[in-house]
Amino acid sequence: MAFWRVPLDAQDIQVTKGLVHIIDDRCKGCGYCIEFCPKDILQFSEAYNRKGYHPPVVVKPDECVNCHYCEIICPEFAIFSVEIPPATV
Amino acid sequence: MRPAVLTGEHYINGDVACAEGAIAAGCRFFGAYPITPATEVAEHMAERLPDVGGAFIQMEDEIAAMASIIGAAWTGAKTMTSTSGPGFSLMMENLGLAVCTETPCVIINVQRTGPSTGLPTMTGQGDMMQARWGSHGDYELIALAPSSPQDCFYQTIRAFNLSEKYRVPVLVMADEIVGHMSEKVVIPEPETIHLIERPKPTGRRDRFKLYQPGPNGVAPMPSIGDGYNIHVTGLTHDERGYPAMTVEAQQEMMARLKGKIRNNLDDIIETESYRMEDAEIVIVSYGISVRTGLSAVDRAREMGYKAGLLRLITVWPFPETMIRSIASRVKGFITVEINLGQVHYEVERCAGGQAAAYLVGDAGGKIIHPDKVLARIEEKF
Amino acid sequence: MTTNPKKTAKKPEHPLDDLIRTDRIPHIWCSGCGIGTAFSSCLSAIKATGIAYNRFTMVSGIGCSARGAGYIKLDSFHTTHGRAIPFASGIKMANPDLKVIVFSGDGDLFAIGGNHFIHAARRNMDLTVICVNNLTYGMTGGQVAATTPSMAKSTTTPMGNPDAPFNLPLLAYASGATYVARWTILHTRDLTTAINEAIIRKGFSFIEVLSPCPVNYGRRNKEKPLETLRLYQERTIIKNGVNPAQADIDFDKGVVIGTFIDVDRSTCDDRYYATCHPCSDD
Repeated sequence: MAFWRVPLDAQDIQVTKGLVHIIDDRCKGCGYCIEFCPKDILQFSEAYNRKGYHPPVVVKPDECVNCHYCEIICPEFAIFSVEIPPATV
Repeated sequence: MRPAVLTGEHYINGDVACAEGAIAAGCRFFGAYPITPATEVAEHMAERLPDVGGAFIQMEDEIAAMASIIGAAWTGAKTMTSTSGPGFSLMMENLGLAVCTETPCVIINVQRTGPSTGLPTMTGQGDMMQARWGSHGDYELIALAPSSPQDCFYQTIRAFNLSEKYRVPVLVMADEIVGHMSEKVVIPEPETIHLIERPKPTGRRDRFKLYQPGPNGVAPMPSIGDGYNIHVTGLTHDERGYPAMTVEAQQEMMARLKGKIRNNLDDIIETESYRMEDAEIVIVSYGISVRTGLSAVDRAREMGYKAGLLRLITVWPFPETMIRSIASRVKGFITVEINLGQVHYEVERCAGGQAAAYLVGDAGGKIIHPDKVLARIEEKF
Repeated sequence: MTTNPKKTAKKPEHPLDDLIRTDRIPHIWCSGCGIGTAFSSCLSAIKATGIAYNRFTMVSGIGCSARGAGYIKLDSFHTTHGRAIPFASGIKMANPDLKVIVFSGDGDLFAIGGNHFIHAARRNMDLTVICVNNLTYGMTGGQVAATTPSMAKSTTTPMGNPDAPFNLPLLAYASGATYVARWTILHTRDLTTAINEAIIRKGFSFIEVLSPCPVNYGRRNKEKPLETLRLYQERTIIKNGVNPAQADIDFDKGVVIGTFIDVDRSTCDDRYYATCHPCSDD
């Protein structure tokens, strides 16, 4: 990272921010969202859901960039993200 | 472009008459695979469906043919296939699907002699029990048996009407002789042909349940695209159509599948009687064998026997009540069929020891000669 | 003000909830099974077409993947084993305006249903066929399939599969399919794009989706679900337009994925209606 140049328009680039929603009771604990989140913002929760699985929890909420990958890799329709409008960030 | 109903007198065979009956009944999708002696049905449908805006497809086998007509039926179309013995065997799997999903469709089986490839060009009536129980599991369906080309025309129309009304596959159990024999067929004016359309749902879509029965036990049937978001499955399902893996759901589904037929027997069962008023010996027959029976009755009467004929137009569901009531007042039954005993056992069961029940059967390949029936009458009565 | 600050507005719904029979969720697929991802991808693709939902119908056969038809909130049909394609062909020919999607598994489409597949491809029947390929019969407990790699273990090849598997894209292409693609459940965005393209275009489109079956294939072949996904990440090579003959599945050599075939050819319904209904208004 240290060698990366800073883009000239760095101030103007708006990095999208996302808010992750997890529907705990749909989760079957496969861990795909946790493993493949590009920002590593998820991890298994300590708690169990109704089916006895550990659903994910968001541990670094500020780092979600709303890429939706957790949403599209999830086989259970159990996780999705929505964009946080820039003004509220 | 010819119209759907070719009013007038025609000299055609039973296969073609089935096809014309289907077109007149509103059949607009036909999927089949060629097989002797049913090929002419497919050939004629291929020629005629474009006249009426319908679609014909020759599938890769009879399994696919049966699947295609069930799928097409859910678009709202009246659909049909035709086949004979070996193809009928292949259709059994999806016949069960049509029963379970309550999909209206018509299957013409122009029977030939089996087992296996048998005598492909020669007649037989050996698929009657397969028609009743050929697909796995327990179920009810309707099977009709035409005995002439004219009858092929009418029975095919009736098959569509029953199929639409009760949402059940209906089998038209013709045979090689009826299928290949050309006779005069009179096609009436279209206004005189009574057609029945499947019940369609009305009311709120969000409260709709796919298998919630109407007054006669039959649920209204939406088509794909009507916006009901239906789910149709061959698994045991509840009234919503959702898979339900419980014994309760199975009981409820079976009660509905059986009930809609068993509770409407008077409407479904059709028979024809000939010289039955004072008959003591009743010849029971269906399909081409009816002709053997008719001749045998007349000749037996000449010989002094009080003989009569009961022709089964609807073979399945079996006219149990009627046979039972006849059994209480006659000496005996002789079932004439081109197999070595199938419907005969049903007659024997319903005769229940009140009257004798005999079989005049044949291994297949030819129509039974009336002499054989007369010989049996002389021997037994 | 007495508003409870913790009480949020109505919880947002999953963006695909309008296409799912939520009353049937959770679905039957095991933890780590990829069918749900392939199915979700299919729903996203349907949504992205912008076509009215009542013009779609989904047909499936029998097996784990075939349960998909039971979870989509569209007119859907769960038929008999191997027969989804002829069932769908009947729908298509009777009502060519419908978008007909076949969602099923490798066992269903290519063993018991193989004959139907090649004929629908030959006719260029206008269907979108999505085959979730998990290399095994999952529903019945992990028997050898027509797609199981040589020497892989299954309950019916306990010493290793002596037979060779089908190369599905090659089979589809040789049979006449006009769109052939292969993706994995990890390549979800590409998969969604492919399904979307397939739905929009006319013709027989075939999309193979590689997907893990951790319980009945992975367990016997020493592959944990995340390991399978890592194979998809590290041992696949995207080669659009490559000859499907090079599309054998061998993760030691690397597995090619991508859109292999995309050609135009008139479809079965177009040709039928042009030939047989030349005077109609359509």
